[in-house]
Amino acid sequence: MESSLEAQVGPLRLERPTVLASGILGISVEIFGRLHGAGAGAIVSKSISVEPRDGYPGPTVVPLGGGGWINAVGLSNPGAAAFAGMIRDNRTVPIIVSLVGSAPEEFSSMVERFEGCHIAGYEINLSCPHVDDVGLEVGDDPELVSRVVRATKSAASVPVFAKVGLGRSDYLDTVSAAIDAGADGITAINTVQALAIDIEAQRPKLSNGIGGLSGIPIGTIAQRCVAQIHSQFDIPIMGCGGVSTWEDAVALVLAGASAVQLGSALGYGSPDRVFADVNDGIARYMERKGVRSVREMVGRALA
Amino acid sequence: MHETSHIVQVTSVRDETATVHTLEFDDSTMAAALPGQFAMVWVPGIGEIPMSVMVADGGRAAFTVRRHGEATTGLYNLGPGEMMGVRGPYGNSFDIRAGRLLLVGGGTGLVPLMRLISRAPPDADITLVMGARTRPEVFFADTARALLRPRPHCIVVCTDDGSYGRPGLATDAAADELSGGAFDAVYACGPEIMMYKVMRLAQDAGVFAQASVERIMKCGTGICGSCCMGRELVCGDGTVFEAGRLLANPDFGVRYRTKSGEVAYY
Repeated sequence: MESSLEAQVGPLRLERPTVLASGILGISVEIFGRLHGAGAGAIVSKSISVEPRDGYPGPTVVPLGGGGWINAVGLSNPGAAAFAGMIRDNRTVPIIVSLVGSAPEEFSSMVERFEGCHIAGYEINLSCPHVDDVGLEVGDDPELVSRVVRATKSAASVPVFAKVGLGRSDYLDTVSAAIDAGADGITAINTVQALAIDIEAQRPKLSNGIGGLSGIPIGTIAQRCVAQIHSQFDIPIMGCGGVSTWEDAVALVLAGASAVQLGSALGYGSPDRVFADVNDGIARYMERKGVRSVREMVGRALA
Repeated sequence: MHETSHIVQVTSVRDETATVHTLEFDDSTMAAALPGQFAMVWVPGIGEIPMSVMVADGGRAAFTVRRHGEATTGLYNLGPGEMMGVRGPYGNSFDIRAGRLLLVGGGTGLVPLMRLISRAPPDADITLVMGARTRPEVFFADTARALLRPRPHCIVVCTDDGSYGRPGLATDAAADELSGGAFDAVYACGPEIMMYKVMRLAQDAGVFAQASVERIMKCGTGICGSCCMGRELVCGDGTVFEAGRLLANPDFGVRYRTKSGEVAYY
């Protein structure tokens, strides 16, 4: 029996179900190509804004031990025009461009910048937990979510995903607003707002104070959210949060994810091995369980 | 090696030049760092920067910092008894060969080369070329002499303006050394254009060569991608690379990324 690692996330077809999460390994097309060659089914870029951003002073990304990380990078990115120039010659790597901003017009103008670029989709960042006026502050306002998704959808000719996280309002309202506005899929979840204090220095470990928790500690939160979205909405989901092994990836699929994003796992594994190892593990699991496609497993744990 | 950062206390500060300090501290983790490995160094309230680990006596380690931006100035200004956070050591290290070694360094790029000297086989014959712009900017000459004293060695100090030692660029001195004798390995660390020339010279001479590369780093652990150089991540794949790999890299000696990720040229 031949099983296939192909994944279908709504209109987005992926040769493999593992995707690089946004914010990880930045904005270099050469690095994207390397990760794609090493097994990633697609690459989500760092979140891109209209204008370039330097981000916060260090420390911006700090390991916490136990496979946990906290970060507040401050959305550093070269801006939409420069990034569009960087990826213009790409023909082979499925790049999903993550967009961040505070007004609907910013999103449509950024999409226009990417016209002519070979990209697989957009992911709207509605959940960055550590920058004012964008990310979670947009995600917490379902009416604004609706306008942002609509603006992006109307400008884009490729699938649009909305990335949600745990903010002040019920994230399921954000999901609902994004779906009503025409989102092709949901990415869940982003990092979870957190604070880590250094007791010797007697101050936060990050220059920004508040940051986003990622890695192993948030894996089960991600499973819960993916399962909730899957059970309440008819929408494809890219699961994200705490995936470092093939077991974590399978668990997210069984919770309801059609594909799985990896991020912090790159911090404890080789960029040349992490995706292949997870893909191989999923394939062996499917073989053992007599499953022919990733699609058959989506949401099976809660069916 | 991704455990959380720990706080260490500066035990002493040494003036190297008017703008360069060496800060020593007690820490067994950093004292064990290999030549070329680096630490992410946190100056609480100011910033965090990658620093190559400098040699120090006993179970101590050190950082040698030139004040330049906010974080390096914050580190430079730390005095004895003050705290800094360190995590790592991260990255790979020099492949230290036996025989005749040529070391070429400029400025704080000499730091990993000092550590390399301290870890080289006792019978290795080391020629050290040290470059600086002007006489007041020369440092580590005494440190190098002390480290090299027990072994066959030669030290060539160059200043760009000719105010001390051999007049001219370190790369010119390196070229002379390479044409004058058979070396078994070349190691370089310093300004990227200098390293590029040294790697090219070594490759032309058919000598094994490595350089330790510097890029903007935020995480130090292969997550953020700030330090990308072509397909390489300087933090995780380096910081030490062989000449052939460097010279095949479209970015090496040509361009780098700014804090925002925009491309800038040397």
